[in-house]
Amino acid sequence: MTLSDENAANIVAGTTQDHVSGNDSPKTYLDSNELIINMGPQHPATHGVLRVILKLDGERVLGTECVIGYLHRGVEKIAENRTYAMFNPYVDRMDYVAAVSNGLGYCEAVEKLLNVEAPARAKYIRVILAELNRIASHQLWLGTHALDIGAMTPLFYTFRDREEILKIFEKYCGARLTTHAFRIGGCLYETYAGFEKEVKNFVKFVTPKIDEYEALLTGNRIWMERTKNVGVISGPDCIALGVTGPVLRASGVQWDVRKAQPYAAYSEFEFEIPVGTTGDTYDRYLVRMSEMRQSLRIIEQAVNGLPEGPIMAKVPKVIKPPVGEIYHSIESPKGELGYFIVSDGTTQPYRLRVRPPSFVNLQALDVMVRGLLVADVVAVIGTIDIVLGEVDR
Amino acid sequence: MPDFVTSYLGSTLTPGEAGNQFWALVYVFVIFAGVSLAVMSMNWLERKALAHFQIRLGPMRTGPHGLLQPIADAIKLLLKEDIIPAGADRFVFWVAPLIGLLAAFTVYTVIPFGPSQAVSDMNIGILFMLGVSSLGVLGVVVAGWASNSNYPLIGALRSSAQMVSYEVAMGLAVVSAILMTSLNETGTGTLSMIGIVRAQQEQGVWFIFKFFPLGLIAFIVFAIAMVAETNRAPFDMAEAESELTAGYHTEYSGLRWSLFMLAEYAAMISVSSIAVTLWLGGWMRPFSRLLRGSAWDLIFSLFPAVTFMGLAAVAFVGVVRMPRRSDFKVQKIGLAVFGWLLGFIALMLLIIAIAGRSNGAAIPSTVNQSIGYIYWFLLKVAVFMYLFIWYRATWPRYRFDQLMRVGWKVLLPISLTVLVATAIVGILLS
Repeated sequence: MTLSDENAANIVAGTTQDHVSGNDSPKTYLDSNELIINMGPQHPATHGVLRVILKLDGERVLGTECVIGYLHRGVEKIAENRTYAMFNPYVDRMDYVAAVSNGLGYCEAVEKLLNVEAPARAKYIRVILAELNRIASHQLWLGTHALDIGAMTPLFYTFRDREEILKIFEKYCGARLTTHAFRIGGCLYETYAGFEKEVKNFVKFVTPKIDEYEALLTGNRIWMERTKNVGVISGPDCIALGVTGPVLRASGVQWDVRKAQPYAAYSEFEFEIPVGTTGDTYDRYLVRMSEMRQSLRIIEQAVNGLPEGPIMAKVPKVIKPPVGEIYHSIESPKGELGYFIVSDGTTQPYRLRVRPPSFVNLQALDVMVRGLLVADVVAVIGTIDIVLGEVDR
Repeated sequence: MPDFVTSYLGSTLTPGEAGNQFWALVYVFVIFAGVSLAVMSMNWLERKALAHFQIRLGPMRTGPHGLLQPIADAIKLLLKEDIIPAGADRFVFWVAPLIGLLAAFTVYTVIPFGPSQAVSDMNIGILFMLGVSSLGVLGVVVAGWASNSNYPLIGALRSSAQMVSYEVAMGLAVVSAILMTSLNETGTGTLSMIGIVRAQQEQGVWFIFKFFPLGLIAFIVFAIAMVAETNRAPFDMAEAESELTAGYHTEYSGLRWSLFMLAEYAAMISVSSIAVTLWLGGWMRPFSRLLRGSAWDLIFSLFPAVTFMGLAAVAFVGVVRMPRRSDFKVQKIGLAVFGWLLGFIALMLLIIAIAGRSNGAAIPSTVNQSIGYIYWFLLKVAVFMYLFIWYRATWPRYRFDQLMRVGWKVLLPISLTVLVATAIVGILLS
C-alpha cells in the first residue's frame, strides 16, 4: 500500500516537486506523471485530521496512503501511569462521539479482570445508554456522510435529533459528549426521575425521524448513484483486514459481538443483525439505518424491563486486579472495540492495549478506493465512519 | 431637457434599436446596479431559505432578520487582505475573475425585461447570449490554472468539461424553441430575444406548452442543463466543497473571490432569464389570451402593488412578533422602516396602476405597462432562483463521470429527439 513513487516520498517529507513556485523549468508543468494530491489533515471531508495522500491519474485513484497520528495523545501509555479508576475518563476521549461505548468496554474489561459482575440494573442502564449512544453516533455519521456526498440538509436533521440523546446523557451524568457514565463495577449514578419516560418518549420521537432521513436519501437517485457499487469490499477481504462493525456486516458477514459474545445484558434482548449483500457504500448506509431501528428495539425492551436493585457491585476501594491478562471486546457503533489489559498485580495496568475499530477499518480504505474517482474517496472515508480520536488515540 | 433625452420617452424601441446612446447607457447602469443588488439580496434569500429548509434561522443578528448581512459581507470582503499565492501566475490570476464577471454581465445587454426594456435588441440575441455566457468557463479554467495548485486545477478541469458538454444539450434545446418561432405565415423564425417573446405573443401560447409535451421536454432539458452550466448543486463539482475544498477558487480570497460569487449569481439570473424568455413568455403576464379585457388588465396590473403590500405585511408581522425587549428596539425600528418603505413602493405602484390607465392621464399608460412587463419577467426569474436554492437543499452532488454521462447520454439524445420531433410536427401542421 505504500506509494513507491519518489514524489510520494517527497510529499511525505514535506517537499513537493510537482507544483512548486515559478523557478521550475516549464518541463515540470508539462509532464504527464501521476498527480499526487495531499488530502488533509485540514480538509472538510477527512473527518478531523486524517491525511490521505492520493495518487491520481486524472481523477482516477491509483493508490492511497493514510498518514495518521495528528491527534495522537498516547492514551495507551497514559494508562500505564494511572490507576484503573483514574484511567476510566480517558477512554471517552478516544471515540468521542461514542464515549459511552468506550467506557462500557473498559469497565467490563476491568470487571472481568477483577472477576466481579455488575448488578442487573446497572447492566440494563449500560445497555440503554450504549444503544442511545449508538444511535447518536450513527446520526452523526449519517449527517457528515451525506454532507460529504453533497446533501446538506440531513446533517441538520440528524443533529436536531441527536440533541435529544445528548440531553438524556446530560441529565443522567452531567456531561453531553465525554460522559464517563459508568464506573468499574456498575454505575455511579442512579437514573434520574423520569428517565424511563424520557427514553420512551425519545424512542417514540425518533422513529419517524429515521423515516424522515430515509425519505431524503434512500430512494434518491443521485444518492443511489453516488453510493451503489462504490467502495465495494467483499466479506473475506473484510475478515482478512480485520474490518468489523457495520462495514463487515454490509459485506454479508453476520458478525456482531452483541450476539456472538454477548456482554452486558444483550443476551436478554431480542434484536436482529442487519446484514448487507454487496458490501458497497449503499449497503453500509442501509445497514446502519436499520441498526438504528434495532437499537431502538433494544432500548424499548431494556426500559420496559429495567429491574430494581443495586447499581454497583462490591468493588474494593483500591482496585488491584490479580496478576493476569484479559481481552474483552464489545460492539461499539464503529465495530469491535477491544481492550487487552495486562495486570502485574499493582494498582496500575502493566500494559493496556486498545483495539480501535476505526483504526482497523481505516485499513480497508485503500482496497475500497482503488480505481474509483476523487469524489468517491470522500464518500468511502465517510462510509467507513472513522473518528480520528480513536484512530490516533 | 435635451432632445436626445425626451425624444426616446414613449418609444416602443429599445435604446439600441433607436440609436439613442444616452438611454442605452442609462439602461446599462440601471441593469448593472440592479443585478448587483439582486445578487446581494439573492445572497440573503439563499441563506434564509436554505436555513429554513434545514430547520435553522439563518442570519438573524446583522439587522432585523439579518437584512443587513449582505452589506456586512460585502464590507468584510472588500476590506479583506488580497492574497495572491507565491506560485501563481499573477497576471492571469488577476484577470480570471474579471473574465467571468464580464461574461456574466455582458449577457444582460440583450435580456428583454419588456418589449422595449432592453439595452439592445440584437437580431442574433440568443446566439450572442449563449456565446458570451460560455466565455464564463474561460474565467473558471484560467483561475484554476493560474492558482498553480492541485485542487483548483482539478476543479477547473471538471468545470470546463462540464460546462462544455452541457452547452450542447442546452443549445439543442434552445434551437427547438427557436424553431417554434418560425411557425407563422412567413415561415421565418427569429434569433432576437424580443422577437422570440413576440412570437409567443402572436401564437398565443408560451413555448413550454407548445406541441405538448415537446416544448415541456425541451424546457426541462434546458432547466437541467442551466443548473450544470452555472455550476450549482447538484452539479457543483467544480467547487465541491467536501472534495476539492473550494474547487477553482480555493486560492482566491476577499474581493477577487467575491467577484467569482457575483459572476456565479449573475449567471444564474441570466440563464433563468433565457429560460423565461424562450419558454415562459418573457414579459407576458399569465393568461393573456384567456383572461382578456380591460377589467382583467386592471386586476393583473394591480399585482405588483399587491406583491409589495404582501412583503410590507410580512415585515410588519415580523415587527409584531419580535420579542418585547429593549435590546430589540433598534431592530424593530429598522424592520418597521423597511416595512414602510415597501408599503410606500406598493402605494406608488397602486397609484400608477390606477391613475395610469387612460392615455390622457398624468402618468402615461406606458409607465404602467412597463412596470407590468418588468414585474412579470422578474417574478418568473425569481421562481427559478427559488428552484436553485431548493435543489441545493434537497439533492446530493452528482459525481463527475455520472454528470458527463447524464449530459451526453441522456440530455443530448433527448434534446436531439425533441428538436427533430418539433421540426416534423411543425412541418405537418403548417
